[in-house]
Amino acid sequence: MVVPAALRELHDRTRPVTLAREHTLPVVDALGSLFVDGALTRGSAVGVSGVGATSLGLALAAGASRSGSWVAVVGLADLGLGAAFEAGISLERLALVEAPSPGRWAEVVAALVDGVDVVIVDGRAPLTPSEGRRLAARVRERGSVLIPVTQGSQPTRRRSGAWSVDLTLEVRSGRWEGLGQGHGHLRGRAVRAESAGRGRASRMRSCELWLPSADGSTTARVEPAPDATVVMLRPGRGVPSDGA
Amino acid sequence: MAPERVIRTLVVLTPDWPLIAAGVLPTDVAVVVHANRVVATSPRARSEGIEVGQRRREAQRRSPDLFLSESDPNRDARAFAPVAAALEQFTPRIELSRPGVAAFPTLGPSRYFGGDEALAAMVSAAIDAELDALGWGGSAGIGIADGPFAAQQAAQRGVITVVPVGGSPAFLAPIGVKVLDRPELVDVLSRLGLHTLGSFAALAAGDVVGRFGVDGHAAHRLASGLDERPPATSPPPRDLHFVVELESPADRVDIATFAARGVAEALHERLSGEGFACTRVCISAETEHGECIERVWRHEAALTPAALVDRVRWQLDGWLNGPAAVRPTSGITRITLAPDELIAAGGRQLGFWGGETAVDERAARALARVQGLLGVNAVTVPDVRGGRGPSERIVRISAAAVDLGAGHSAGTSRRMGDAPWPGRVPAPSPALVPGEPVGVDVFDDTGAAVMVNGRGDISAAPASIRFAGGPDIGVAAWAGPWPLDERWWDPAQHRRRARLQVALTDDRALLLHVEHGEWSVEGFYD
Repeated sequence: MVVPAALRELHDRTRPVTLAREHTLPVVDALGSLFVDGALTRGSAVGVSGVGATSLGLALAAGASRSGSWVAVVGLADLGLGAAFEAGISLERLALVEAPSPGRWAEVVAALVDGVDVVIVDGRAPLTPSEGRRLAARVRERGSVLIPVTQGSQPTRRRSGAWSVDLTLEVRSGRWEGLGQGHGHLRGRAVRAESAGRGRASRMRSCELWLPSADGSTTARVEPAPDATVVMLRPGRGVPSDGA
Repeated sequence: MAPERVIRTLVVLTPDWPLIAAGVLPTDVAVVVHANRVVATSPRARSEGIEVGQRRREAQRRSPDLFLSESDPNRDARAFAPVAAALEQFTPRIELSRPGVAAFPTLGPSRYFGGDEALAAMVSAAIDAELDALGWGGSAGIGIADGPFAAQQAAQRGVITVVPVGGSPAFLAPIGVKVLDRPELVDVLSRLGLHTLGSFAALAAGDVVGRFGVDGHAAHRLASGLDERPPATSPPPRDLHFVVELESPADRVDIATFAARGVAEALHERLSGEGFACTRVCISAETEHGECIERVWRHEAALTPAALVDRVRWQLDGWLNGPAAVRPTSGITRITLAPDELIAAGGRQLGFWGGETAVDERAARALARVQGLLGVNAVTVPDVRGGRGPSERIVRISAAAVDLGAGHSAGTSRRMGDAPWPGRVPAPSPALVPGEPVGVDVFDDTGAAVMVNGRGDISAAPASIRFAGGPDIGVAAWAGPWPLDERWWDPAQHRRRARLQVALTDDRALLLHVEHGEWSVEGFYD
């Protein structure tokens, strides 16, 4: 259906001001405190790195995906789709794109930001700095959000390669809970996530998270661990006792 | 009221077309599958008890040496081009609804060739010659009747069937209501005791509209031997013809199709702006040397831009990549889309200010552009399948196989967790699942390799692991082993494995599995 131009004009005129939330994409509640506006700013790039970068990248996209946005993932061939679903990403609005050959990354990502709200890319993609800047301008113009995810265990500042990012999120001090010596199962990871960026976001913000929590989603963490009892869903055999 | 005129139509129906296109012989036991369901069967396969709609596994159980072919509409369309071309010697106006089915009005041709029977015999001979050339050897069904629906039912019989003028209602009467292809309606009708088209057609049209709505009315018209919709009083105006001129002649299908995408969208936008939807479109393409191909495509529902572009692709694919006899000698310079039949758009209503459907369409366009850049199979979407391992529960299928614009798998997220899979790895799932399991060695505190025996007992607590060529990494905590004995009924696919979750001293957690004494990483909890 085409909205007649006159009707659209009327809508624009009767709308009092542009609301700040029209320029943002929602994030899950637990991550809100990492952002100045409490949400992802449209037209920005958010780099994610550190232990658990993949989980954090998925968690960032989850809020927007749940509210109707499409999410595209470029590269990251090993992405676990089960984890994506548990993080809160709608599978019917998720598309996975093979890593393009070197030299075609900019073209492919530019095509995607035209129509997809959240584009998760491999932070280690071979991209020249000028391509990175041009893409950042394209993202700003189109109002999408670009999330370069740099997987790797050694967190360092500005690890997002040639991608030009406005905000960097990092995961520190991941600690897995739920495993014993031969019993239990992974129930969650307690992490501390930090964000720092340019302009208004230059002050460092941090929050304590379960990334992921026991059901795979991302939740805020309040000490002590909310559920300290170990439930054995299916018994592992463990180490045989001497008498066995 | 004068009786409504119905256009006398000849329908050519080549049964099992997807199989002919896949290049199998009638004597082969073969099926075409899509998304693990059988969509077409060869005659031999049917005699072995394989039916359309069965699961692939079920079909393989009935006939172990079954030949499987993936469904590929482009291949079907490409192979059908010579058959459609063979019909061109009888009439210039050929209507295609899907590969394997072609129709044309018989009024002129039958007068020229000496009657319906003579025309049918000549068409049958021409088509059978084409099928022979493809190595199939069977024969196509030819049906002539008043109206395309009755003609198609006549063609379904597999031989030449000519229904006399005015005999369509009587011909259709004994046929079961199932052929209406509306499962919900058919279900209600059979519960009401209306098992044949004749008994359904005997109801008053007003009552049918009152009870079953517009769609029911269309079905009632079909059952009564009429066309689905009353014939249009005048052809669509000429200013709805959309033309794209290519600056440099396109000799590749993808280039020409990409150019057509823009006009298809413009056409659709124009029509929906005026409240119309297109159910029949005439696509013509012209080359630099003036060669021209024109086909009419018919679609039961309204044609979406994506469906229009598909039809352009099918038509051009069959022409540009077809046999030398039909192939043009130069590139395509001009593509015209002319709507041939319009109906009032009653279908989808977009949100007031655009809304979610617009978002889906925008995303589908962006992804189509990426497919153009990287190849069709470079873009995949998730599909929920079920299974115990992290790589089995959700698989990736090519985005080309689904209609992204229409919320391709509306139930996908809901289907997660539907079926119980005992022994499944509990949530959270690993965020990284390597395509190929990564080999790893697992040691106990004495440095001996850790093993899991046939009873599922572990030899010792794992103390460290080592990736090929890497240093030892300590194991802080672990759980398992969880033994897994899958597909024990099938010797070829039987797997005995055991899973182990480990948290390492460097804060990473892994899902390991051991099979035949070899450890590998199935997932990284990143």
